[in-house]
Amino acid sequence: MKFTLSWLKAPLDTDADANTIADKLTSIGLEVESVEDAGGRLKDFTVAYVVSAEKHPNADKLKLCMVDTGGKEHVQVVCGAPNAHAGMKAVFAKPGTIIPATGAELKIGTIRGVESRGMLCSIRELRLGDEHDGIIELSADAVLGEPASKALGLNDPVIDVSITPNRGDATSVYGIARDLAAAGLGRLREGDLSPVKGKFPSPIQTILDFPEGTQDAAPMFAGRLIRGVKNGPSPKWLQDWLKAVGLRPISALVDVTNFISFDRGRPLHVFDAAKLKGNLRARFAKDGEQILALDGKTYTLDSEMVVIADDEAARGIGGVMGGEDSSCTDATTDVFIESALFDPVRIARAGRILGIVSDARYRFERGVDPEFVVPGLELATRMILEFCGGEPGEVVVAGAPPDWKREIVFHPETVLKLGGMDVPDDEIARILTRLGFSVSGKNPMKVTPPSWRGDIVGEADLVEEVVRIHGLDKVPSAPMDRPSVIARPTLTPAQKRARIVRRTIAARGFNETINFTFIPRAHAKLFGGGDEERQLRNPIAADLDAMRPSVLPSLLAAAQRNAARGFADMMLFELGAQFDSGMPEAQKTVAAGIRVGGATRSWTKSTHGADVFDAKADMLAALEAAMNGPMTAPIKQGAAAWYHPGRSGTLALGPKVLGTFGEVHPKILAAFDLKGPVAAFEVFMEAIPESKAKSKARSPFNPSQFQPVERDFAFVVNAGVAADAIVKAARSAERDLIERVDIFDVYEGKGVPEDKKSLAISVRLQPKDKTLTDAEIDTIAGKIVAAVAKATGGTLRT
Amino acid sequence: MSDISKLESDLLAAIAAAKDEAALEAIRVSALGKKGSVSELLKTLGGMSPDARKAQGPIINALRDTVAEAIATKKAALADAALDARLATERVDVTLPIRPVPQGTIHPVSQVLDEVTAIFADLGFAIAEGPDIEFDDYNFTKLNIPPDHPARQMHDTFYMAKQKDGSSHVLRTHTSPVQVRTMLKQKPPIRIISPGRTYRVDSDATHSPMFHQYEGLVVDEGSTLANLKWVLEEFYKAFFEVDSVELRARPSFFPFTEPSVEWDLRCDRSVPGKITFGTGNDWLELAGSGMVNPRVLDMCGIDSTKYQGFAFGGGLDRLAMLKYGIPDIRPFFESDLRWLRHYGFSAFDLPTLDGGLSR
Repeated sequence: MKFTLSWLKAPLDTDADANTIADKLTSIGLEVESVEDAGGRLKDFTVAYVVSAEKHPNADKLKLCMVDTGGKEHVQVVCGAPNAHAGMKAVFAKPGTIIPATGAELKIGTIRGVESRGMLCSIRELRLGDEHDGIIELSADAVLGEPASKALGLNDPVIDVSITPNRGDATSVYGIARDLAAAGLGRLREGDLSPVKGKFPSPIQTILDFPEGTQDAAPMFAGRLIRGVKNGPSPKWLQDWLKAVGLRPISALVDVTNFISFDRGRPLHVFDAAKLKGNLRARFAKDGEQILALDGKTYTLDSEMVVIADDEAARGIGGVMGGEDSSCTDATTDVFIESALFDPVRIARAGRILGIVSDARYRFERGVDPEFVVPGLELATRMILEFCGGEPGEVVVAGAPPDWKREIVFHPETVLKLGGMDVPDDEIARILTRLGFSVSGKNPMKVTPPSWRGDIVGEADLVEEVVRIHGLDKVPSAPMDRPSVIARPTLTPAQKRARIVRRTIAARGFNETINFTFIPRAHAKLFGGGDEERQLRNPIAADLDAMRPSVLPSLLAAAQRNAARGFADMMLFELGAQFDSGMPEAQKTVAAGIRVGGATRSWTKSTHGADVFDAKADMLAALEAAMNGPMTAPIKQGAAAWYHPGRSGTLALGPKVLGTFGEVHPKILAAFDLKGPVAAFEVFMEAIPESKAKSKARSPFNPSQFQPVERDFAFVVNAGVAADAIVKAARSAERDLIERVDIFDVYEGKGVPEDKKSLAISVRLQPKDKTLTDAEIDTIAGKIVAAVAKATGGTLRT
Repeated sequence: MSDISKLESDLLAAIAAAKDEAALEAIRVSALGKKGSVSELLKTLGGMSPDARKAQGPIINALRDTVAEAIATKKAALADAALDARLATERVDVTLPIRPVPQGTIHPVSQVLDEVTAIFADLGFAIAEGPDIEFDDYNFTKLNIPPDHPARQMHDTFYMAKQKDGSSHVLRTHTSPVQVRTMLKQKPPIRIISPGRTYRVDSDATHSPMFHQYEGLVVDEGSTLANLKWVLEEFYKAFFEVDSVELRARPSFFPFTEPSVEWDLRCDRSVPGKITFGTGNDWLELAGSGMVNPRVLDMCGIDSTKYQGFAFGGGLDRLAMLKYGIPDIRPFFESDLRWLRHYGFSAFDLPTLDGGLSR
């Protein structure tokens, strides 16, 4: 919402300057976006008279001007503008002035061998517009040597205010003036809204034509015919104001409606009555009904949009935009003014669907004053009669304002209770009264909001009115109580796990990333997603349309981008959501990571390409960090389809998959245009069991007093036997004594039959109550060999 | 000079002259071996008269001890020399680089989240979380944003495709639906912070379609705007690690709060590319807030005639940008290794109030 300072000062009697007003507006909730004071900005540019303009001696397209700037001597200026001529008044910049278009300081220059001691400026050079056809020619009465801003009509600062959606009443200069007056910045002038007597019965009736139950679409429709007008340009002051706020003056009739829309927040429309057939009715459009609107575009309407129609066709999209065919022109002699009320929700919907942003829509969807339908019409009549002459008909009204009156029982102490601000009761009443509320009673007060404040419904709303006008800067700062003297921990177990997992993975050398949770559908399909339910209806880009079914595609895409930048080796991870469907609760938190490359060249020969056992270690580290203990659950061969089928594994507790790991399937790598190797892991955070430890105390520490014994065994087993099975079998041979079993060699090849492998384990026996004799050790060794043989068919390698 | 002292000086000279362990061992055998010169002398003691033995005993024993000690000392010296010689051959060029060690990092948003969490935990705020795909009802309706309300213009919302059961959901436009979820299942007093990913159909230099918010909610029987102001002051002071801050309140509008207030923080931006809080002549818009709209309380099953409270929120990414001088939001989510390494944090820099939130 834009307005100029002089426009504001029409309804507001104040001496305040633009900056004071702007500060006050922001402090009462009408946030100032900008104050454009072109006059102040251009104060160094002055009016000059071009005494002579001769051809430049060394350049055909340049002119050599002698300029009277109001000083003692004429100034020589080289000018390239085709319209520079002797006898014109122009805008002059002396050396040292900053030229707005370039931001550079103007210097005395020599152009084609001739000195130039200043510049005559164009619209674009002053950043007043795009025109650059020539220099500005000021009117002959511009005063030599004075700032040019006055002659340019720029001495009226433009204030741009951002209006929140609840404040329909502030979409008008008058409404803003009312707020300022309530806040003590000046006095409000109401203006003349008295009725103009109609001189003849209206030949055009206004009709509300809505099915039962939908009358709220347009509760009121008023109008008036004025005959014998002479349309033409509106007065200069009105044109200046409209131009300053970004509107194009069109004609007196149209300018009046635009003025009242901005000045009073009351959108109006004027029809050329000669182009109407019969009466005007507000009704729903027919599905598919078309209208050529004032913006020159044809819109196809639906049956929930309201139109203003005559007997023949729709003549306007109600509350959004008028129709081209019935619009006023310079030839218009009889004008019909429409002033109606429309349902904000339907207006918003129509505007959104049709893609029309108009000043009328902006106001109607925020809510206009229901009591201002007829006063607005009277004001328009008065202005049209003044600018265009003519004879007014009688006002016709269909419908009535909806019942807006409501009384709020207001306990003034609520201001302190909610706002934490102590405002005397009489000041509360005074603020509300100045804003147009009627207040009676003391405590509680009975408060009736004015017709233009449909947003006020309860005590909290009244508190807001009081605190914003009284001044939010007066809200003190009041400490809250501490629930306990020393703060208690607040993180949930899941939140603590997420934190430790994140930092554990980073400590292993991974760089944490955060990626968009929407990815290309083609990527989603590679990871079991890409179905319709997980698609976005309105993606930000066509290739960011699928909610990701796994975190890995995000990481692989990131790896690809980094590889394209010349980084072949990396470790990336993310702790974020994967989506198992398009439903709110179908979201899993996953810690996923990838190792890409890894076989970096080093003189130490210590590196290796990322492989399944790196990923396994990463997964186990994350899980063990989360569980604060060893992860002993079994690991099964194989994982989801995006892993290498023979080089991947899954860790599960019963049906609950805690994690998967492996080398990424070559087809996936190809799809992401990645050169391998890539090893990946995924840890499913919600599947991790919660710690059952009830006590902080550790179990007792009872180290054995006896020497441990190590024995090595090599077994020959079928190649398909899982190493884990041998370890388990060996361990089970003598649970109380076998402390650990480690695999220290795996061998296939010469000396071992085909389809077999040799697996060497080291078993550590930890006696508890006496030293083991050789015979006892031999017995245990026998049990180990037997157990492995039983479980895996393995035989001792000889 | 007696024979014994000559023997001693001869032996000591030989020991000193020994070039290696073998030579030393030969000397040892020649002196202290079974038939060694010193051993032979010791044997003579047996045949002496008690008086002679008394006189000669200490002398011969002393000779033996002196020689034995000299041999031991020489042996150690020879061993040291041999070790020194070996170590000299084992020299390497220590300016060679170490084995490659990857340097992991924590993302600035995670780091700042931990900072925010630490501060609010001290004020008694728990962390509440909710899903990214959210019910329309929780994201809008229960927050007093009914269908077609003009306020929905503020949210350019991502909508999910229609589900099999006919329902349709949104990507949450703020973390406020977490407040709804909390109020629906928890009775006051409530003090929570809800951080998380949020989404809006918006993408330019300062906007990303996905970003992070943190929101606070307090519901009890008496918390006011004045308490809200105090919480924000304390938070910003702690977060930006400055001794004082100055907040400016501006009235605003959010459907879910009434009154609604936006907060600006006094700052100094006079040095290009740098921002300092607590001093200066500029104001930076940092948080939206307000007293929870009684309608929201009622819709969430909390008696608005008994309870009241406040809510506030801001951008986590934005906090990270301001505190750590990160100019642009978009690279936060582009996973450029160079950016991650440049702006990332060590895994071990877990923010604490006692250690200071940052290094």
